[in-house]
Amino acid sequence: MSQPRSSGYFRTSYAGDIVLVDTRAQWAGLAVLVAGLAVMPFAASPFLLDLANQVLLASIGAVALMLLTGYAGQISLGHAGLLAAGAFVTGILFKETNAPFWVTLPASAAVGAMLGMAFGLPSLRLRGLYLAVSTLALHFIVIYAGGEYETRRGYSTGVVIDPPRIGDWVLADARTWYFVLLAAAAATVLFSLNLLRSRTGRAWRAIHGREAVAEAMGISVHRAKLSAFVVSSTITSIAGCLFAYYRGFVSAEAFSLFLTIQYVAMVIIGGMGSILGAVLGTVFVVLFPYAIEGTMRSVGLAERLSSIVFAVNYTAFGLVMILFLVFEPQGLVGIWRRVQNWFLLWPFKQKPLRGAK
Amino acid sequence: MQLAVNIVVLASIYALISCGYVLIYRVSRVLSLAHGELMMLGAYGLYATASLFSGHPLLAIGVSAALALAVGGLVYALLMRRMTGEAVLAAVLATIALGIFLRGAMALVWSAQEQHPLELLGLSNPAVAVGPTARISLVALTLVVVTAAVYVGLFAFLRYTVWGIRMRAAGQNPLLAAQRGIGLHGIYALAWGLATFTGGLAGMLIACDSALDQTMLIIGLKAFPAALVGGLDSLAGAILGALIVAAAEVLLINYVDPLLSDVVPFFVLLAMLVVRPWGLFGTKEELDRV
Repeated sequence: MSQPRSSGYFRTSYAGDIVLVDTRAQWAGLAVLVAGLAVMPFAASPFLLDLANQVLLASIGAVALMLLTGYAGQISLGHAGLLAAGAFVTGILFKETNAPFWVTLPASAAVGAMLGMAFGLPSLRLRGLYLAVSTLALHFIVIYAGGEYETRRGYSTGVVIDPPRIGDWVLADARTWYFVLLAAAAATVLFSLNLLRSRTGRAWRAIHGREAVAEAMGISVHRAKLSAFVVSSTITSIAGCLFAYYRGFVSAEAFSLFLTIQYVAMVIIGGMGSILGAVLGTVFVVLFPYAIEGTMRSVGLAERLSSIVFAVNYTAFGLVMILFLVFEPQGLVGIWRRVQNWFLLWPFKQKPLRGAK
Repeated sequence: MQLAVNIVVLASIYALISCGYVLIYRVSRVLSLAHGELMMLGAYGLYATASLFSGHPLLAIGVSAALALAVGGLVYALLMRRMTGEAVLAAVLATIALGIFLRGAMALVWSAQEQHPLELLGLSNPAVAVGPTARISLVALTLVVVTAAVYVGLFAFLRYTVWGIRMRAAGQNPLLAAQRGIGLHGIYALAWGLATFTGGLAGMLIACDSALDQTMLIIGLKAFPAALVGGLDSLAGAILGALIVAAAEVLLINYVDPLLSDVVPFFVLLAMLVVRPWGLFGTKEELDRV
């Protein structure tokens, strides 16, 4: 959307200002991206394909969290709980009624919407820290409910789910999954971008800026907050449902507090208030442990120290998060924009105008 | 009777941990979600000093307590100082990131296996009879006493000493406090030091009573509802909150379902947030300030 330009580019209508793709260069870039994403699975090794699938899957949840935290300004530490809700609704429906995926997916979405309401209701009274804490509490309660189901029904290690099928066609192949997940992620991004330039999205940004002013401008703060929670958690639950099918396995242990923190880190590292940031952050966070492991292996440490790989991961992850928070609060998007500006302004090195985002 | 003893012990654990949350929040308006990890670091500090000064348990305990105080100050000086003036979320996230970092670093240094610092100290942990039917372990009894002592000490410190009064002033209005010549950074560092010190004490005692392993992090997180139920900026509230949360937890585990143990504090927390978000003894205007 609106980006800094070198000069001589002016918009003449409101429609032109909010258009998603507005220059020929952007269209070309988009075409290259789409072509690249379409060709990728045929060139990539199975390992790379799995990585790509993980990134796509996580990006759905990250974009949803970005809508809530980055745009509407509502802090949530219950994201893993919502993912778990989607996954468990899928798992329970599959186990109890043998429901096909076209039942479990909408059911997950519906439960997600209801939970979003529950997560969002405290936000009407609480702000900042207290809101974060209430979502954290809900996270534990959802995880407890899931764990309770597992133990009561005797699936103590987790619920196994068959891959989704339509007639004889079974969705099990990694390459097919890639396209399904790519479509889901693209749909989420497109939906979010469209929502953000609509009335609802503008209302979210307004309540993020300052609630009192937003209210004075005629925005129903309550409705805006609740809609942010509901939209975000519906998308997240759908991501949870896809997660359950992709892994073929649901277990309460998979949705620890660390998962929430990873999602929050995606949003932070990517850069607040940017869908591009959510995607970049997802790529970074998902690939990070593999990068660490690869580095350790290339140094020759991994064989000797395989038991401490997870500890190294934690340490490095915490460190990177701290470094981003302290030195680059704008996240990866901030770096990306600076690089863009540098090329735009080259060979003049003056700083871009303040406020130009 | 045994139930009552259990409640008192659990309440003292929660109270000892949650006074760290309260101290940091009251002084600097930051919620430290790394408290569980800092607590565990205190316990590992004891483990390290116990193997270093084997045969001198008192020396080991003293050195590790001093270490905890220093670590807290360092955390402020190195990390949280840069976060002052940033948004609430950024500061909280910084503590979360610190927690993850510490968790990884501790696993790197000491491995994730269960440790028993009490054996290293060369002390034993006999059960003591309380009344006709109930029993309590010696370390748990120490924990109750230490908690009482820490709270009395903190109340006296905040009320009668110059630094305590400065700390309260900084918590009430940092700008005015700074205008009166109070060095805010020193005060904040002291608050972090004290919080880590008390958390570290809790960690050491828990490690001595049962064992030193990952469950400590969950205990640290479960103590947070106690702080919030009492009111995040009230020390007296933390005691009452700890009692309420501990009573609810022990009774529900005993009469309903042992699996509930990890969620009960959060149920209490949610109920409190619905009814009275600022807690039993908290100040009401806090809500708009955060």
